[in-house]
Amino acid sequence: MNAEAAVAKPMTTHSPEEIERVAEWINTEEYKEKNFAREALVVNPAHMCQPLGAQMVAHGFEKTMPFIHGSQGCVSYFRSTFTRHFREPASAAADAMTEDGAVFGGQANFFEGVENTIALYKPKMLAIYTTCMPEVIGDDLNAYVKNARARDLIPEGLPTPYANTPSFNGSHIHGYDAMLKNILQYLTEGKKVAGKCTGKLNLIPGFDGNTANLREYKRYCELMEIPCTMLADISETFDSVCDGTYRPYPGGTKLEDTAESINGKATISLQKYSTSTTMKFISAEFAGESLTMPMPFGIKATDAFLLKLSELFDKPVPEALKAERGRAVDAITDGHQYIHGKKFAVVGDPDYLLGIVTFLLETGAIPKHIVCSRATKKFQQEIQALLDSSPFGEGCGIYINKDLWHLRSLLMTDPCDAIIGDTHAKWAARDAKIPLFRVGMPILDRINLHRTPIIGYNGAINLLTQIANKFLDIKDETCEDPWFEMMR
Amino acid sequence: MSERKPIKGMSKARTEKLIKKTLAEMPEKAAKKRAPHFVANEPSASTCAVRSNKKVVPGVMSQRGCAYAGAKGVVWGPIRDVVHVSHGPVGCGMYSWGTRRNLMQGKPGVTSFPYNFTSDFQERDIVYGGDKKLMKLLREANELFPLNKGLSVLSECPVGLIGDDINAVAREMEKEFGKLVIPCNCEGFRGVSQSLGHHISNDSIRDFVIGKHKYDEEPGPYDVALIGDYNIGGDVWAAKPILEEIGLNIKSVWTGDGEIEKIAATNSVKLNLIHCYRSMNYMCKVMEEKWNIPWLEYNFFGPTKIESSLRAIGELFDDKIKKNVEKVIRKYRKEMDEVIARYKPRLEGKTAMLFVGGLRPRHTIGAYEDLGIQITGAGYEFAHQDDYDRTGPEMARDTIIYDDVSEFELEKFVDEFKPDLIGSGIKEKYVFQKAGIPFRQMHSWDYSGPYHGYEGFKIFARDIDMAINSPTWDLVKSPF
Repeated sequence: MNAEAAVAKPMTTHSPEEIERVAEWINTEEYKEKNFAREALVVNPAHMCQPLGAQMVAHGFEKTMPFIHGSQGCVSYFRSTFTRHFREPASAAADAMTEDGAVFGGQANFFEGVENTIALYKPKMLAIYTTCMPEVIGDDLNAYVKNARARDLIPEGLPTPYANTPSFNGSHIHGYDAMLKNILQYLTEGKKVAGKCTGKLNLIPGFDGNTANLREYKRYCELMEIPCTMLADISETFDSVCDGTYRPYPGGTKLEDTAESINGKATISLQKYSTSTTMKFISAEFAGESLTMPMPFGIKATDAFLLKLSELFDKPVPEALKAERGRAVDAITDGHQYIHGKKFAVVGDPDYLLGIVTFLLETGAIPKHIVCSRATKKFQQEIQALLDSSPFGEGCGIYINKDLWHLRSLLMTDPCDAIIGDTHAKWAARDAKIPLFRVGMPILDRINLHRTPIIGYNGAINLLTQIANKFLDIKDETCEDPWFEMMR
Repeated sequence: MSERKPIKGMSKARTEKLIKKTLAEMPEKAAKKRAPHFVANEPSASTCAVRSNKKVVPGVMSQRGCAYAGAKGVVWGPIRDVVHVSHGPVGCGMYSWGTRRNLMQGKPGVTSFPYNFTSDFQERDIVYGGDKKLMKLLREANELFPLNKGLSVLSECPVGLIGDDINAVAREMEKEFGKLVIPCNCEGFRGVSQSLGHHISNDSIRDFVIGKHKYDEEPGPYDVALIGDYNIGGDVWAAKPILEEIGLNIKSVWTGDGEIEKIAATNSVKLNLIHCYRSMNYMCKVMEEKWNIPWLEYNFFGPTKIESSLRAIGELFDDKIKKNVEKVIRKYRKEMDEVIARYKPRLEGKTAMLFVGGLRPRHTIGAYEDLGIQITGAGYEFAHQDDYDRTGPEMARDTIIYDDVSEFELEKFVDEFKPDLIGSGIKEKYVFQKAGIPFRQMHSWDYSGPYHGYEGFKIFARDIDMAINSPTWDLVKSPF
């Protein structure tokens, strides 16, 4: 026997009783306390990193190539995540920094990268953003872009907005905000003309992985005859046609429209937390009124959105939308009994959470646990105020900067009927033996959910239908024979 | 092995012209760098002329990942009873969570840990360093997941850049916990691709794991380990029974559905059977040098390769195993013939192009050929010379071989050769499907699988037929 074998330890074995004990222990109050006491470990967070959000914005502009200054692996992760969620191509280039970049800085990579990207993919705009690596070593992108221009590596007139988006700061929604603000700042610079008004609405959907939501916003504007520029519009990029021709840049907001947006009549953001710096910039620089409204989940928030549009543009809400509203209310009153009093755990981004909770309160459902793995006290106060506005919001726990492993403890000690959140919540849902309604991003394990709107009147119908029918399925699948009925 | 029949319409001149035409569209410097990465195949050449394992050319949209992806996603992640900590910012752990389909047994959260454990670095961690936080984090993880058999620390880019010493932390925690705590310095910026991440992981297995445990049963003459099988879509579970049926005793699997202590005791097996040569041949060499364990590459894709692999394995054992090999081959031959009889008439004469990771561009060729499909192009994301040397002979003359092919280049090649199927990754899938070309994701078996072994071939054949002969492709062209 050699020396190594002599010191080798026997295998550790856990008895079935020990495994059973721990399996039960992790469901207890005692465990929950320990779990909530953790300070350093994060288990199953529900947020992604800044550059992914920045990339989503980049995809929303006409012929824009997302260009990552940083390591190669990051861009592959972002592209894969978008592709898995939307089941669509997600082109993005990177300058693929490696060890020598870490030592000498990334300028050489940047020069070569922009030259090749521009030659091969002929973009109309490069939206540049960073990953951790250049941020840690302190690369000066501003200087790099200037130097690249001086060397004619970037053609005259090709816009190159950039954003600093280190992964160790904020989350994907902050990267979204940073890139959007910087693109707007870049493209609108010097375009403001005193007294000129395009008469158009600038509509900012925020970080939303549901392309049908964006289409729905645009449809409302069309029905109300309000000309609209969506900033940024990923609805075609990530829901493009299959007709035998691959197009590298389907859709996106036109750059001229973006430049003109500064002279718009009004700007509305439908996500407060993913567009806060953007909206600060817009309210300071853009002509017209600018405001942020909550995502129009459910009836009342949709009403408020349409009323605001009506007021701002002096256009009546058309009959077609009134009829839509009526149908949605009909569907909700018909179906409310299947969701009334049901308890929900909700996890996701701040703006989405506000929207979903609004919908739940409006339909008589009970939000029980709200988990946001990256949020501020301000958000906590805002969602508390929302809960306080309804008797159905009583007793709901808000857990900011907590993760899906915390959520699991909550579900085990204070059960719910369902979870609403992205695919990552499926482990908690399975352990708690309750359904997961997939909302948000990423959704990696169901198809086409991003093609069904969940905002607006139709969205309210869709959400209610999905949720209520699942509960009915469960009833049919699990009830005993004497309780199995034709009608539900 | 005799050379494959030439493929109709393929010629050296055509392939070389295509390469030239593609390069002509690139900036001079990029074309010069990329040119050596393409060749028209010379199956009889002693070494493949393609150049590989070089840095990604900036800006060309490569499909490659990074060292962290190779370490966490490929090698370490699949070990089921270890808490794998993605040490650094939130992104890397998030994107690699559950996205490689390495299935595992166990009770999630109790005895298996298919989760995203991360230190979720913030700016203050970058400024002040994350070592103290890491210690606290490991203690918390060990307390909340007490039945773990070990913890691994996989460092992301910033950790290496700020100079944190995860090795020292791991050493201290290993003493404190009395169980394996393994540091893996796999920062994404290291190296040119995932490949270095595999190597760094192998180093950490060599330095911190192997030889640290012993099996609880006495060594036997048929003890083997499966190396480089990550149980994608259940591949290990389809491969293991065949090897057990011929009488081998699988002591550990590296690392699909793997258990760390069994891996740590692998130094007592009689033979290492390696599936993914790229990611783990180095560990086989280490074990050969240190413990005299021979190793053998095998390929369980499609009956032809399964049979030749089984016979090669049999050759290393006694008559009992050899007899079992023939018995097993006879037993499954009928089933396999039935699969081929069903699908081959629908697939004969079709062509496919492949671009995948570690071993699949060469290993799956036999399975396609069993179904009558010829491969007109193949390449790898992160292969080395020895991979390409093993690939050339598996392909017909004058087919195209491409290394780290960018989206731009692959589109040009596909345009020219018009394959009936592309087998590649998620990022490429919808590019080609929009163009109306059938596609299967060959990294992840397109959420299907297993594709290994006899069970896997049935599924593979069904899936390839489903992809190529789906009526949905007839809908792509609009009548108006």
